[in-house]
Amino acid sequence: MSRLPSRRALLAGASASAAAALVGGCDRLGNAAWFQRTLKTGEDANLFVQRLLLTDRTLAPEYAEADISPWFKPNGTEDPPDMAYKTLARGKFAKYHLEVDGLVEAPFKLSLAELRKLPARTQVTRHDCVEGWSAIGKWTGVPLADLLSRARLKPAARYVVFHCADTMDQGEDDGGADTAQDDGPVDAVPAGNANPAMTKQSGAGESRKSSGGQQASEDTAAGGGSPVRYYESIDLVDAFHPQTILAYDMNGMALPVSNGAPLRLRVERNLGYKQAKYVMRIEVVESFAHIGEGKGGYWEDQGYAWYAGI
Amino acid sequence: MRGLRPGGHEFEDDRLARTYLTRSAPETGEVERRRWIFRHPAVIRLTHWVNAVCLLVLLMSGLQIFNAHPALYWGKVSTFDTPLMAMSSTEDDPPKGVTKVLGHTFDTTGWLGSSAGADGEAADRGFPAWATLPSDQDLTGGRSWHFFFAWAFVLNGLAYLVYGLVSGQLRFRVIPSRDQIRHFGASVWEHMTLRFPQGDEAKRYNVIQKLTYLVVLFVLLPVQVLAGLAMSPAMNAAFPFLLTLFDGRQSARTIHFVVAALLVLFVIVHVALVLLSGFWNNMRGMLTGWFVIERKVEPTPAAGETQA
Repeated sequence: MSRLPSRRALLAGASASAAAALVGGCDRLGNAAWFQRTLKTGEDANLFVQRLLLTDRTLAPEYAEADISPWFKPNGTEDPPDMAYKTLARGKFAKYHLEVDGLVEAPFKLSLAELRKLPARTQVTRHDCVEGWSAIGKWTGVPLADLLSRARLKPAARYVVFHCADTMDQGEDDGGADTAQDDGPVDAVPAGNANPAMTKQSGAGESRKSSGGQQASEDTAAGGGSPVRYYESIDLVDAFHPQTILAYDMNGMALPVSNGAPLRLRVERNLGYKQAKYVMRIEVVESFAHIGEGKGGYWEDQGYAWYAGI
Repeated sequence: MRGLRPGGHEFEDDRLARTYLTRSAPETGEVERRRWIFRHPAVIRLTHWVNAVCLLVLLMSGLQIFNAHPALYWGKVSTFDTPLMAMSSTEDDPPKGVTKVLGHTFDTTGWLGSSAGADGEAADRGFPAWATLPSDQDLTGGRSWHFFFAWAFVLNGLAYLVYGLVSGQLRFRVIPSRDQIRHFGASVWEHMTLRFPQGDEAKRYNVIQKLTYLVVLFVLLPVQVLAGLAMSPAMNAAFPFLLTLFDGRQSARTIHFVVAALLVLFVIVHVALVLLSGFWNNMRGMLTGWFVIERKVEPTPAAGETQA
């Protein structure tokens, strides 16, 4: 019996150091490339199983007007610093054109006024940020399927890429770099492994000050090169889904700049980072390997899963 | 050390049960009957440990994901001004960690809202670095861990259930027998006084144990999986009833958090009882399958058996 306390102490000490080793070991494991590939099979399984469960036309839940959130939290870029965008915004987007090109038979450009004349779909849907919060908004816009049908896809077409106006990481020779210091993506882009589109939100306690973002843009600036703008990609299943629209109205009014004016993607059944804002150009491609860092989107290039159905 | 000398083999209803007579206290001449029973078949042992690893990883990576937006709400959407619970940090230097729960504010500096990061500096984070996986703020890393181990957990759990049903182990383990229900009150009292069943009674789980496992297996864990799925926009399209079940996506997220806390509570009690009711015996049982039941008996009639 007299040995019991020491044995107990030994046990306690052993479990404490085992726990510490476990945590440190998990972090090291999580940084190993082979283990990251292993973990990613979980997300591959998500895509596989969810595609089995969903038909191409299964709709995301739609809500009543009474459910619309009084404040639709803007996230990520809220005011693109880019001079070209600012000029467009000052002119109320009268000079804006959406380009549709890539692997299509008939590339075209449409102004905002022309887009508004096309058949539209209105839907009240829930937006789920990868961070965990949700908001409900009413969206009106052109079904992407209509635009793609009009452009006529070539047989090799597999993905639709959305090129956006907002610069996320500054290149040093970019004209908008100076204006980006006060607000906009500098705060919105944390370094490395942070969360998509984090902005400081009082009360809900966001987890990161803006210093990480500053470093991110300085690092990029030091490396030189052209600015990295937001982009996203979806496959043809999501592109031709009836609820996939390019929205120009939110809650019955013109889409505000903070929510992605003049045009943003709504691809319901997916998380928020797929809902590209400030869409300037739609490119149909066979593969997105040559775009950005090749992972299919700005946040995908930072390590986020390309498939964002969960 | 106790001298362990095999006495006679004694097969009772359990074919694998063996009884040894051992001398336990020479001064009283008392003899302990040590009976080895094969308690945990290999599938149960394997799924138990896989499950333990899965739950730990799911908890820590779940806290990492929670930290991306450390606030909980009820209903379909986030009511940012009126969260049920929220963690945040103040603008003070050094910052204070503040946790608000149902309108009450608590200073949780160092634990919740603000705690030391990997570099030792105060960082704005919901749960502290030692509780999250990865330890740094890394939402996508946390998601990768969480989904992989969620699949492992579900597949492992299904293997356990199928085996348990086919082998009859599940029924034996979690369904209280009639006599156990009759003596429910006495069993509660035994628990409160930390007296554990001995002899034949120790061969089966007691009624509180069975009911706890029943609730964990068939209420908490399924609810946890469903609440997790209810947070997926694609699953909401496939199975809209998930949202009805949980009263909206943000409620599902809150329930996912609360059930995780209940599972932590279960594990704490489980581990405490493992320690209190014979740590090595329990560990041997769950590692090798063999579990010893001891029973004090009157001085043995065969005096020769007790010689040192």
